[in-house]
Amino acid sequence: MTESDSQNTNVVVAGLRSWSANAIEEVIEFRGETTVVVARKNLRSIAERCRDDHGLQFNLLTDATCLDRFPMEPRYELQYHLVSIPLRQKVRIRVRLFGNDPVVDSMVPVWPGANWLEREIFDLFGIQFTGHPDLRRILLPDDWEGYPLRKDFPVEGYRDIPAIATRYTRSRP
Amino acid sequence: MTTVETATGPAKTMVLNMGPQHPSTHGVLRILLELDGETVLKAVPDLGYLHTGIEKSCEDKTYSQAITLTDRMDYLNPLGNNLVYCLAVEKLLGLQVPKRAQYFRVLMVELQRISSHLVWLGTHAIDMGAMSVFLYCFREREEILKIFEFVAGQRMMTSYIRIGGLALEPPTGWVERVEKFLKMMPSRIDEYEQLLTGNRIWLGRLKGVGVITPEDAVAYSMTGPTLRAAGIAYDNRKVFPYSSYEDFEFDVPTRTESDCFARYIVRVAEMRESLKIIRQVIDKIPAEGPIRTEAPGIVPPAREKMKTEMEALIYHFKIFTEGFAPPPGEAFVTVESPRGELGCFIASDGSPKPLRCHFRSPSFINLQALQKLVEGQLISDVIACIGTIDIVLGDVDR
Repeated sequence: MTESDSQNTNVVVAGLRSWSANAIEEVIEFRGETTVVVARKNLRSIAERCRDDHGLQFNLLTDATCLDRFPMEPRYELQYHLVSIPLRQKVRIRVRLFGNDPVVDSMVPVWPGANWLEREIFDLFGIQFTGHPDLRRILLPDDWEGYPLRKDFPVEGYRDIPAIATRYTRSRP
Repeated sequence: MTTVETATGPAKTMVLNMGPQHPSTHGVLRILLELDGETVLKAVPDLGYLHTGIEKSCEDKTYSQAITLTDRMDYLNPLGNNLVYCLAVEKLLGLQVPKRAQYFRVLMVELQRISSHLVWLGTHAIDMGAMSVFLYCFREREEILKIFEFVAGQRMMTSYIRIGGLALEPPTGWVERVEKFLKMMPSRIDEYEQLLTGNRIWLGRLKGVGVITPEDAVAYSMTGPTLRAAGIAYDNRKVFPYSSYEDFEFDVPTRTESDCFARYIVRVAEMRESLKIIRQVIDKIPAEGPIRTEAPGIVPPAREKMKTEMEALIYHFKIFTEGFAPPPGEAFVTVESPRGELGCFIASDGSPKPLRCHFRSPSFINLQALQKLVEGQLISDVIACIGTIDIVLGDVDR
């Protein structure tokens, strides 16, 4: 990790700590990237702080995604990748969610660009975002069953391929 | 359906289904347009017709196998997709890539940027009714694809950028081929500008159409030429340099009008900047040196070594059968694709297959601002707006 990276880290983490001492649950440093793990109940207020604070100015929500650590619990990890265009900084905000309660506050009121990103996460992981204006499936058909990017969803899907294959072979002599 | 007040009393609005098979949606995009006469009240895009589950497929492949999948997302920018994926894996592994490979990556990606902008310019001109520009743009794009074929053996899905470096040593004579292209291209860009920039129909269709404020553009997470046309000089190559971009001098073209015409000007200017970068790569690239980093067990050994050394043979076998396992952790890398910020998020759990591989595709995220761009515009302007966002549906749906 270079010196400038560690300085950036200090600015972001210190900025959030100075605002609320227990806002951050954990700070992870890996390959020069800073991950700030926050509790679910604090997510919205921390996001607003990140956007509005003069020393942070994270005005661009570049990406939001989820990962599934099934069968570990809490299995879901939501990742919000923030960029501050004026201050040239990056940070990742992470929220951990339990499999039996995958509900979290929506980021759409803070960054309108979160709209489709959260719809994609809802579509593929089944995370519910409270306060989202239009939480529908986006990539998959409306009548799709299940959430394909969960680890307990098979890569081949649930379609009954062997039955189709036998029908195909039977029709040939 | 909603009711709107007109001069002759209340009237109903009409919902028009545009696409998914519409030539100007550049693929299979469906948009539900709510219209009051010819004015668009609301535009709701419907996606997913090209969803192939690439992210899920990546989880079932080893790190090196997934490279070929990345080519197929944004099919106008396959090398850029290879690059972002390889950079993310290299970051996860903590690999350093030799300068020569980094420079050559820059060269290939910048050629790709020009070819992508050429396809954009040609198809967008067709949408606006100018047929001949399309033919000229594809003529030059062909030259770039020939260079790709010469270097990588493939015209489009090259998979040329690999983890730790490049797939092949650049062939003898590549400098002359690229020089020839560099000599030809500036006058050709002048030619497009002569045809379009002062053209009254072109101006009439693009000026003042699809305006978005810089604040809205950032709030809707727009990036790339669309954001730079709104006056914000955010370019990953400058702000967060990767693959030695800090060694090259180039400008980030911006405009402040933020309309479709500004986006056109920005893209044409970017083509010229890319030519500048390619020029510098040719001048600065080390003539000799490795194109792959030395990382036994991760990067395949050289062919010669594999045939003569036992250890290299074992590594070769292991890389292609079980793969390699990066340490547990996450990496998120962003690069500047022709369409905007292209990101790759990879999470590893210490096994030879990624736990999660997510792509932040610029087309997908820029497209959600379409609603903002077309509100209150005419139907014909919707086509101009879709065109200048420059979406690739393979990138939107993945």
